[in-house]
Amino acid sequence: MAKRVGTEVSVAISEVVKLANADVIAAYPITPQTHIVEHLAELVADGELDAEYIPVESEHSAMSACLGASAVGARTFTATAGQGLELMHEVLYVASSMRLPVVMTVVNRALSSPLSVWNDHSDAMSVRDTGWIQIFVENGQEAIDNVICAFRIAEDHKVLLPVMIHLDGFYLSHMIEPMLLPEQDEVDKFLPKNDYPLPLDPAKPVSMGDFAPPIIYPEAKWAQEVNLTAAKEVILQCWDEFGNRFQRYYSPVECYHCEDADVLLLTMGSFSETASMAIDKMRKEGRNVGLIKLRLWRPFPFDEIRLAVKKAEVLIVLDRALSFGGPSGPVCSEIRSALYSEEKKPKVISFVGGLGGRDITVAGFEDIVNRGIEISQKGSEKEFEIFGVRE
Amino acid sequence: MEKRTISFRQLVDREELFLPGHRACIGCGEALAVRLACKALGRNSIVVSVTGCIEIISSQLPYTSWRLPWIHTLFENAAAVASGVEAGLKAMTRKERRPTPEINVVAMAGDGGTSDIGLQALSGALERGHNFLYLCFDNEAYMNTGIQRSSATPYGASTTTSPAGKMSIGQVTWKKDMPAIAAAHNIPYVATACPSYPRDLMNKVIKGAATPGPAYIHILSVCPTGWRSLPELTIEIGRLAVQTGIFPLYEIENGEYKLNVSPPKLKPVQDYLKLQGRFRHLSEETITEIQHRVDKEYAKLMDKIARRQGLNN
Repeated sequence: MAKRVGTEVSVAISEVVKLANADVIAAYPITPQTHIVEHLAELVADGELDAEYIPVESEHSAMSACLGASAVGARTFTATAGQGLELMHEVLYVASSMRLPVVMTVVNRALSSPLSVWNDHSDAMSVRDTGWIQIFVENGQEAIDNVICAFRIAEDHKVLLPVMIHLDGFYLSHMIEPMLLPEQDEVDKFLPKNDYPLPLDPAKPVSMGDFAPPIIYPEAKWAQEVNLTAAKEVILQCWDEFGNRFQRYYSPVECYHCEDADVLLLTMGSFSETASMAIDKMRKEGRNVGLIKLRLWRPFPFDEIRLAVKKAEVLIVLDRALSFGGPSGPVCSEIRSALYSEEKKPKVISFVGGLGGRDITVAGFEDIVNRGIEISQKGSEKEFEIFGVRE
Repeated sequence: MEKRTISFRQLVDREELFLPGHRACIGCGEALAVRLACKALGRNSIVVSVTGCIEIISSQLPYTSWRLPWIHTLFENAAAVASGVEAGLKAMTRKERRPTPEINVVAMAGDGGTSDIGLQALSGALERGHNFLYLCFDNEAYMNTGIQRSSATPYGASTTTSPAGKMSIGQVTWKKDMPAIAAAHNIPYVATACPSYPRDLMNKVIKGAATPGPAYIHILSVCPTGWRSLPELTIEIGRLAVQTGIFPLYEIENGEYKLNVSPPKLKPVQDYLKLQGRFRHLSEETITEIQHRVDKEYAKLMDKIARRQGLNN
């Protein structure tokens, strides 16, 4: 039986990395990721987790060390945030291109400058095209469940891709929440041992990370695209089996009062909890509104999104990152693109908000919905609107 | 009784682990050094390469020159990737997930990947004390991208980004002392080597790989393309680098210096410089300046060696 614990989400994440019996952890401290790597260091120091902990000198080296460890077949974990993710940037492409199943929690943080340690999704969006599987979680339970799933998905021989679990810095990482922490034997049954098919091994030498001339490079990249898209099948199977074992079910897109809603709001991460409270309140007032929580960001769940918004008249997308000089926030751009070819589709209204830790309250979400409806009827002079900012 | 002699050649494994057919330039000192190093390492090794000459000449898909398990990821991270390889093997061996005992984990990089862009990752890995061997193949510039200067380029050398001209002698800075930087991490083994002295090079690679903890070997690799020298003079130029005192062959074992090749009398640096087009433009005055600097550095090294001998007496 799982035990109910009341603990900080970061600490709980470290506990499930222990339950997953990770072999190598390479990490560099950065706010607000620190509690995860501190607690993991303690678990290793106390002998509770038998792993090599590499206290590297930068995030670039953190991810590089993960490549090496993963390439010899070790179960490998790291965590970072904001600038740390940016410093890893070029290494991220290598992890996915070389099919190395590294698991990383990204404790989402705004990007400099000005310096901010608080939360938004600028870091996550900047690595959108690095070929990783990206999952956004809403609360502590989702975070720990999906870290366990991440190892299973990443190491599946049909996938062999790195996975990022995105959780909002402070708003989620530093919350103390009640969570169900699975038992060791439950995790052991759900998560098979890592059996990397072609590790670096003197008994069977392989060359990894070769140099590709134009005659072969596009094929390598196309294979990667096909592979990432196909990974969705395995992700769905993994979530199904997780649900059957642990009675907590996850899906790429989660709908909250969507069935009959004319107006839908779309959010990602921890803001979805506040947004759902706003939806509850508006429902009570007789408003036909619903909420879509986008959990799987890469591979992008086209079918699920199209199905979820099919009946709605208006879809209001809240981005937590700016795409400077672009048509909207990055999430809204993708949603619009996914819906463009649909015959029946809602009007898609773009908002950007919650940058650099600026909170959006229940009343704020109501304002966004109301303003979104207004724009859908009267139009707006702007490509997108920024919420709650003094101009 | 039958008289038997055993030559060095007979003692060296005939098996090639870095295979011929690669795309290195004619007379490449680096490819030779890699081949010798691999022979010394033997099959029970994993090689981590950086981006650079060796990577592009040896791994063009769908071919490979590597009979050893080999990984290349990026330019500046060989030491970090090697850290991960070492840690991964250590954890999995401890957890009985893999059978083989000790494997040589070897990082290979050029001078740019070591003393410039990769210095931070290298320093981190040396400081953390991973059990690995780092080989720097120093051809004294970014040769793969077209002979641009690095911090390992010697004073006065003309490169494409430190060209000699009316207002410049070429490279205006003195070569960064990488072995000293490695030694400053108080690691158990640091050495210099050159494929012109194959026995010395291979013995050092064997020693470095057997050393528990980090080991660093700085290998001067003559580059006919970048040094504007004749390919058939590669071995000769390497010897002259040692015999002029420009690149002395030494070891630092647990802080103790030892000279491995000691020429009875150093040859003038001019003998070395004149065979290379990259120094062609140098004036007598600059050559004298280089001679003074080499004399001074060599004397400093001899001091360190003498101090060690003094302490032992």
